[in-house]
Amino acid sequence: MSSYSAPIRDMQFVLRELADLDAVAALPGCEDASSDLVDAILEEANKFASGVIAPLNWIGDQEGATWDNGEVRTATGWKEAYTQFAEAGWTALACEPEFGGQGLPKLVSTAVMEMWKSANMAFSLCPMLTNGAIESIKLRGTDEQKALYLPKMVSGEWTGTMNLTEPSAGSDLAAVRTRAVPQGDGTYKIFGQKIFITYGEHDLTDNIIHLVLARLPDAPEGVKGISLFVVPKFLLKADGTSGERNDVHCVSIEHKLGIHASPTAVLAFGDKGGAIGTLVGEANRGLEYMFIMMNEARFAVGMEGLALSERAYQQALAYAKDRIQGTEAGVRGGPKVSIIHHPDVRRMLMSMKSQIEAQRALAYVVGAATDMAHHHPDESVRAQSQAFMDLMIPVVKGWLTEASIDITSTGVQVHGGMGFIEETGAAQHLRDARITSIYEGTTAIQANDLIGRKIAREGGRTVKLVIAEMRRVEAQLSEAAGEEFSAIRKSLSAAVTALEEAVAYIVATYGNDIKSASVGSVPFLKLLGIVAGGWQMGRAALVSARRLAEGGGDASFYTAKIVTARFYADHILAQAPGLAYSVVSGAAGALALTEDQF
Amino acid sequence: MKILVPVKRVVDYNVKVRVKSDGTGVDIANVKMSMNPFDEIAVEEAVRLKEAGVATEVVAVSCGVGACQETLRTAMAIGADRGILVETDAELQPLAVAKLLKALCDKEQPQVVICGKQAIDDDANQTGQMLSALMGWPQATFASKVAVSAGKATVTREIDGGLETLEIALPAVVTTDLRLNEPRYATLPNIMKAKKKPLETIKPADLGVDVTPRLTTLKVVEPPKRSAGVMVADVAQLVLKLKNEAKVL
Repeated sequence: MSSYSAPIRDMQFVLRELADLDAVAALPGCEDASSDLVDAILEEANKFASGVIAPLNWIGDQEGATWDNGEVRTATGWKEAYTQFAEAGWTALACEPEFGGQGLPKLVSTAVMEMWKSANMAFSLCPMLTNGAIESIKLRGTDEQKALYLPKMVSGEWTGTMNLTEPSAGSDLAAVRTRAVPQGDGTYKIFGQKIFITYGEHDLTDNIIHLVLARLPDAPEGVKGISLFVVPKFLLKADGTSGERNDVHCVSIEHKLGIHASPTAVLAFGDKGGAIGTLVGEANRGLEYMFIMMNEARFAVGMEGLALSERAYQQALAYAKDRIQGTEAGVRGGPKVSIIHHPDVRRMLMSMKSQIEAQRALAYVVGAATDMAHHHPDESVRAQSQAFMDLMIPVVKGWLTEASIDITSTGVQVHGGMGFIEETGAAQHLRDARITSIYEGTTAIQANDLIGRKIAREGGRTVKLVIAEMRRVEAQLSEAAGEEFSAIRKSLSAAVTALEEAVAYIVATYGNDIKSASVGSVPFLKLLGIVAGGWQMGRAALVSARRLAEGGGDASFYTAKIVTARFYADHILAQAPGLAYSVVSGAAGALALTEDQF
Repeated sequence: MKILVPVKRVVDYNVKVRVKSDGTGVDIANVKMSMNPFDEIAVEEAVRLKEAGVATEVVAVSCGVGACQETLRTAMAIGADRGILVETDAELQPLAVAKLLKALCDKEQPQVVICGKQAIDDDANQTGQMLSALMGWPQATFASKVAVSAGKATVTREIDGGLETLEIALPAVVTTDLRLNEPRYATLPNIMKAKKKPLETIKPADLGVDVTPRLTTLKVVEPPKRSAGVMVADVAQLVLKLKNEAKVL
């Protein structure tokens, strides 16, 4: 099966040169993140990712998780790997030191998270969901809840889940019907059914801490009547250890297109008298609390897109270098060559590589902005970083995941017929990627958030600031010598102009014709993603030229980066004007037909 | 009891090395470097002896360029207590390293030196043996099992055709074979602690050692490319070819 080795050189380049790790490490509370410590962490995380969890990726896909009479068994090797993962302290990387975490910045955890997700996405979901649950308890839980749950969740001894979705409450959470009945002793009995609960039941740990959205008896209708509860699988004894089984049971697990090893549970609460839980924060504010964590979760899913693209690229590249087929184009009767010699295979590989590098740059830059927004001493820098991050999170989520479906599909294509054969393993990445543009808010939900809350509501203020930054890079590109730079500049210039037109259209249209604006929302999201990626690749090329001029070595990496930026400009960024056209002119055709005409 | 573990920074075992165009060596510029895998086994063994209460301190030593600090930090993330870097940009050959280690043994007075049996870059398989001779200490090489107790070590060695068990008096030099143990994955808290552990940097001159190379490399070449095979019609023809062409029968 395919192996995985983290792209540490590119990660280091992005961390240092584009996301400014040094500036993050200078923030109060982030001092540990020195560049040599981060190097050591990346090295060791890569050893663990490639040595322990990557080899389980295919096994997990083939075996899947299995359900038997309420119990869920994870695939062979899963439990041992999870135990090892927790014992090595990886679950605690980004958590608060107060509860046993290492408190490393988001920027560092982003790079490490990319490795887990590339190595084995189905595995990575368990610690990711646990982190979400940890965040909710940390932000809004009582001191008692924090003391009871957090240390064991941070250490990975227990895992956590997020219970939002119900059969009739998917994207529309206002429709949540699960009930919570106060018992008069500070506890509540929970009744209802939740679906799509990732790692809702498993055999990895001896307790699972569910966070559950439910309605109190007197709660108002709609989104303002939903409260958040913590419901452990096993009730805790006075000494904090797991005791009696709570009335929450796994009725079944789903049969899915991908991420087979991640058990997606249907959970029944209260079928045998009521599942006992406690309220997190204030009543009726549950959805609001979920939104606080939404950014984090959406960012993480965006990273899944990137991570799967990277894994698919590594596998396709290895195959392209190994597979001998045909002769060099234009050479008659020459020797047989590996398929990487063929122009279209190169185009495919470069398309994968250039998008991955652009997306990694954008995602890590957003990760660094998260740290700035949380830790910077200057309030105006915090506010600015927060605005940038809020703008870009739906882009990271939407663009990276949508692109991953194409990129992993290209990975299959590079393999030719063998790509269609499951045993090759290329298809798994495509199947695994397919969920990423759906869960944690579909691409349409991201795009609505982007054009509505993040752009139209503030008249495009933040996006215009970002565009000004892009123009600055464009100006620097025009000063750089060489054909590559004029090509990158030309494409970036046209793309930014296209983006400006699309932003102007969204700002002008959203308020008076929301339907037309919404038709263009997903093309707009892709447009902003592609142009932001081009902006980062432009920066990357400029830094690389500088490093080459300094003559410090690693010329092969830097020249490749410049060529990759140029490919991105010619092949990916060049799509921007077309997308802008669809944003500005595409509504009429989408909305005109009556339902009968479909 | 103190254990000294020499660790070498070498080209990572996953890297496919290329011979430099002028034939003077292999190109290691911008190539991923890691701890020699046999040394990792040595560190692991030393740390296990410490965890078992046999050893009290594990000191990692590396000789070479400044970047060997990373290798020492890796050793400390596995569990070594402190590191010593003997820093030099000079080419170091096994005898020079053995002399540096001798000087450090005189200074640190370890009871056991555990080294990798060889480094995967030059495959010399000499440093441990030379150190043992210079110190006048017993040696047990190619260890696949090590037990240390009251002034002696019992070491099982991998030899042609089987295993040999030796008992040696301490202080002694032990070199590790592949099957001695499986090194652990460093834990995140230990990676972070490793940054704070003491790391001392000294120069060969501080130890009074002349590291000038005694051997000259004349030429480094790629192994010959494998040529295409031929199909033989039957066993008789195969035997003939082995006799007359390959001359192995």
